[in-house]
Amino acid sequence: MLIEVNNLTKIYNKYVAVNKVNFKIEKNKTIGLLGPNGCGKTTSIGMLLGLITPTEGKILINNKNLKDYKRDDILSQLNFASPYVELPKKLTVKQNLQIYGRLYGVKNLDECINEVSSDLDIKKFFERKTGELSSGQKNRVALAKSLINKPKILLLDEPTASLDPDIGDFIRSYLQEYKSKNEVTILLASHNMNEVERLCDSIIMMKSGKIVDRGTCEQLIKKHGRNNLEETFLKLVRGLDEFQ
Amino acid sequence: MNFNKIYALGLRHLYLIMNSFPRVLDLIYWPTVQIFLWGFISKFFTLSSDYYSNTVGIILTAAILYDFLFRASISFNMMFLEEIWSRNFTNLFIAPIRIREIIASLTLTAILRTLIGLVPAVLISIPLFGVSILKLGFPLVFLLISLYLFGISLGLFVTSGLLRFGPSFENIAWASLFFLAPLGCIYYPIEILPNILQIFAKGLPLVHIFEEMRDMLINQQVNYYNIYKSILISLIYFVLGVIVFYASYYGAKKRGTLINMGE
Repeated sequence: MLIEVNNLTKIYNKYVAVNKVNFKIEKNKTIGLLGPNGCGKTTSIGMLLGLITPTEGKILINNKNLKDYKRDDILSQLNFASPYVELPKKLTVKQNLQIYGRLYGVKNLDECINEVSSDLDIKKFFERKTGELSSGQKNRVALAKSLINKPKILLLDEPTASLDPDIGDFIRSYLQEYKSKNEVTILLASHNMNEVERLCDSIIMMKSGKIVDRGTCEQLIKKHGRNNLEETFLKLVRGLDEFQ
Repeated sequence: MNFNKIYALGLRHLYLIMNSFPRVLDLIYWPTVQIFLWGFISKFFTLSSDYYSNTVGIILTAAILYDFLFRASISFNMMFLEEIWSRNFTNLFIAPIRIREIIASLTLTAILRTLIGLVPAVLISIPLFGVSILKLGFPLVFLLISLYLFGISLGLFVTSGLLRFGPSFENIAWASLFFLAPLGCIYYPIEILPNILQIFAKGLPLVHIFEEMRDMLINQQVNYYNIYKSILISLIYFVLGVIVFYASYYGAKKRGTLINMGE
């Protein structure tokens, strides 16, 4: 699905969280949303999910304004995963997936749960309560929940935050493989530069609620005369002076 | 309305109860303690008061009905709070379930939680104190409908507060029913209240429900007009509750509190 964001703004009282942001994500592309903490990434994702009402601006999905969609029509094609949002801790992994599968109206639910849990290797702790799992296991379960409806748009907020390199790599590999087999447009907010370089077709850099630059990894690194994306990120976040 | 989605959300709370025996015990414990307490008080008043003479169990019946209201409201609040405590709020509100389906699911599932808590207590009261609320006969169904609607309405107001003010509103969830209890004339006739409070009390369905219950047990007569009036008042509160809930939801979207609601 094509996502187009025009002049998107969110103001809380007098604090401008997102300031006239414009971007477009072509169908089946992955866009990385980079920026320091508090730069407006999560607020932007919240507006795309319909959880936050924009103060100004439009979000178009397949050229139709998000607010003109029926809530359940559009949300059934979207999903979201974040380590900061959890699934009910007292329910088993299987129960959580069953419930969210039903909420998303997934057909052949058992088959679908079986497929996604095999792919993400979560079957071995299927009957354990979600709250008893390690961070890495929880992240994989959260990702399974976010893929249960085979979303056309997937929003990921730091999907590998606080994971060890092995599990982080597992999730990144899985996302690459998933994207190669499915039609999905992904918006990935992350602080992990390797992850962004590996998964994203292009990048949007945000600072203080505004987009400060955009392009492919190579373009941004070259444009700012740095050796890698991390240095480019630091230059953009801290300003030009520190690196000159 | 999509009943599969209503069922799915109900199933989430059913699993929660089924997965934890202490949770079931907790549901049963408080109503049972209430029944014991009010059972003994009721027994004492029956022996010592002219008003209650020959009408065994008025207070206990009132206590059971009030607990039904209390459990219905608390169940609704608890299920909503569970989503906040488990940090599942965002997942729930980005799922393709409509707000009216969320309300319908919480309303229907609250019945189950209420009955799990209250049925054992009601059954205990029969052999232990010789009191059965079933003595109220068929009109009991209408009294319970009215109480349930009002309990859910209070739940809607409290959950609207949670949406508006966040988890800090949690204490109000527990206090809301205690605030209304004195005006509800649960254990005493409305005439006991000062005149000014009587005016407010008549705006609550509780007064009409409990006045009618006493009339049924003391005078053995049923005035369906009072019962229907109580249902109508409860229904008005329910509609108001739904409107306030929607307003709070849209307010929360404007304030951006849905995305980071949690403990």
